[in-house]
Amino acid sequence: MTKMILCGVGGQGTILAAHVLAHAALNAGRNVKVSEIHGMAQRGGAVSTMVAIGDDVASMVVGEGEADIIIAFEKMEALRNVSSLKLDGSLIVNDETIRPASVLTGRAAVPVDLDERLDELHAHVIPAEGIAREAGNGKAANLVLLGAASSALGFPESAWEGAIKATVPPKTVDVNLKAFAAGAASARERERGA
Amino acid sequence: MELLSGNEAVAQGAHDAGARIGAGYPGTPSTETLEAFGAHADVHAEWCVNEKVALEVALGAAAAGVRSLFTCKHVGVNVAADPLFTAAYTGVAGGLVLLVADDPGMHSSQNEQDSHFYAQAAQVPLFDPADSQEAYDFTRQAFEASERFDVPVMVRSTVRISHTKSPVERGVRPEEPRVTSFASDPAKWVMMPAFARPRRMAQLERASALKAWADSEAPNEVIEKSREMGVICAGAAYQHVAEALPEASVLKLGVTWPLPEKTVRAFAKSVEAVYVVEEASTYLHDAVSALGISVSEPPFELPGFGELSPNLIREAFGLAVPHGVRGVEDLPARPPALCPGCPHRLVFKELTRQKAIICGDIGCYTLGALPPLSAMDTCVDMGASVSMAHGLELALGADSERPVAAVIGDSTFSHSGLSSLLSTIYNAGAGTVCILDNRTTAMTGRQGNPFNGEALQDRPAREIDLEGLITALGADRVSTVDPNDMHAVRAALKEAFAERERLDVIIFKSPCVLKERVKAEPYYVACCTGCGVCLTLGCPAIGKYPDTGLSYIDPAMCIGCGQCAQYCRFNAIIR
Repeated sequence: MTKMILCGVGGQGTILAAHVLAHAALNAGRNVKVSEIHGMAQRGGAVSTMVAIGDDVASMVVGEGEADIIIAFEKMEALRNVSSLKLDGSLIVNDETIRPASVLTGRAAVPVDLDERLDELHAHVIPAEGIAREAGNGKAANLVLLGAASSALGFPESAWEGAIKATVPPKTVDVNLKAFAAGAASARERERGA
Repeated sequence: MELLSGNEAVAQGAHDAGARIGAGYPGTPSTETLEAFGAHADVHAEWCVNEKVALEVALGAAAAGVRSLFTCKHVGVNVAADPLFTAAYTGVAGGLVLLVADDPGMHSSQNEQDSHFYAQAAQVPLFDPADSQEAYDFTRQAFEASERFDVPVMVRSTVRISHTKSPVERGVRPEEPRVTSFASDPAKWVMMPAFARPRRMAQLERASALKAWADSEAPNEVIEKSREMGVICAGAAYQHVAEALPEASVLKLGVTWPLPEKTVRAFAKSVEAVYVVEEASTYLHDAVSALGISVSEPPFELPGFGELSPNLIREAFGLAVPHGVRGVEDLPARPPALCPGCPHRLVFKELTRQKAIICGDIGCYTLGALPPLSAMDTCVDMGASVSMAHGLELALGADSERPVAAVIGDSTFSHSGLSSLLSTIYNAGAGTVCILDNRTTAMTGRQGNPFNGEALQDRPAREIDLEGLITALGADRVSTVDPNDMHAVRAALKEAFAERERLDVIIFKSPCVLKERVKAEPYYVACCTGCGVCLTLGCPAIGKYPDTGLSYIDPAMCIGCGQCAQYCRFNAIIR
């Protein structure tokens, strides 16, 4: 069983990415559960979607120390969720900082050593928006991040392709496919470097 | 196989069971159920003004022999409880199924009440699906049971069932059309005392039949493993138990009212110690104990509140919890906030400027309670703003230091604020009622309501004239004000607060920014003095530089509404 968390800030596209992931798992013949939180938990607040993949999946909740992979769409949200990460789990982080209201109004601050802490956690920090822009649209950053996580899941490429085509808006299929491929390539480069 | 959320699965199950009419009121985590049901062209689905009305609509349809679906969130059952308890006497003709979505953990609710107690009190069967496949299957079985036992049936979901997608294998919808007719039968449908007494007896007889059914046919399942330990559970809790206690024998209940007594007793006998695991409730524990079964307690107490998880169960049973990466504590919180350009913002800002006691209500605008606006003193239940403000005003009197104001959204006003206002006006009450008319039911995803004239399934609907309605009720003064105009908001509130023995209703009318999605040229800060007033609006697009203390506007987030520019005394916010 593989447990994952996709976290970020309301409006970043975590839920769409989770749906692509779930369809890909289904296409690859795995059982899957995707748990989201709606309503008051949105409106620019912290959001997280939990995904469990595998034939032995039961609970849809990913608790402390249970996540094999965390995909964080924002750096502080990576740290907020990191207690869910297994000691040998992998952390994929979008290179973006979104300041919450408390920081904007000076009542709190972004930790000064944010990048060092992510480094200590061996996070794979990806400039997903830039990569997505090169692929044709910065909004496809969510698919770049998903692409970076994809190799660890071992689904066939066709499973991903089918999932993207079935899930994203029809006009954005090409750019999302490109963004996904670019994310996967970035993860391969990192592995070669390591 | 399709990937469906629990809500979508209930909707599909209802459709495939032949349901043709659906009624409900939106509320997280239930909302998508009626929307998904209404996506089918061969059904009629409608949002009603509240849950009581919706259940009565569905009951009427069921009385005519049509299978009907009712949907609401857990607190909606409080509103629908009046028809529910007596519908459990009348019974149905066509099947009537209630999807009730509970919210343990209160992700988007004001309490975490457990709907099991309603099923028990009203004596209506309750199905407890544990994933989307069961949500689909149980909904179909619920319709069968509803007609067979002539009773409304509840399908109780929770946030982790409603909002978790998992694979579903669909069945087929019966092709043959059902006969729709209504045969007058006052002894069944007119619940005056002389007719209600025999129906009460019928209800008791039915309860006995349901108990036998729960033991013999209901989808309860024993998973035999260890003889040392057995766990009784249902719904999402079952999934957590299956993962946390893989060695334990489990009695997984698919129907939790009525309890399958023989099955529970036999299971308890088959294991050395029997435990009950449930979320934010004592319903199941009490029900099992009431059979005279000695329920064992885990070595460490399970929390009596909030959501369960495999780790919480592991901890309670003294098992090792996975050791993960150390958590980070010193992060700035990220609560949700009113959107940039939200038309509610200035009303809250001006109410606090004029030191009003603010009785709030349920919706996006409850976020006005958070800093920096900090503009809410009470929020209890749908419609309570208007009636609690009346109570406060009665207690404090017209010469209290602070004026009393109610703040309520357009949909919440139609839900039950209208009857609160009717009562205040009837009793010659005073005070100020602010209706934040953003032309939609924003929090739950922009559903229709009587004051925006939009209906489910894009059906034609009537738009009710809000100002005309309140004028007709006889409020002392009714006005409609643009909430994006600081001076207009300030003047309207000042005028209302000046004559405190009067009842003023101010309709602040401007569409939700998520509805119109208009983005004008963003503003920027030209020559900031660092006074910080713009920051007190709590707009997510406005920040200040930590080093200089001067303000800036994020052009990517600013929608160019100009609310902040009106507050800058130095005219530093321009475009």
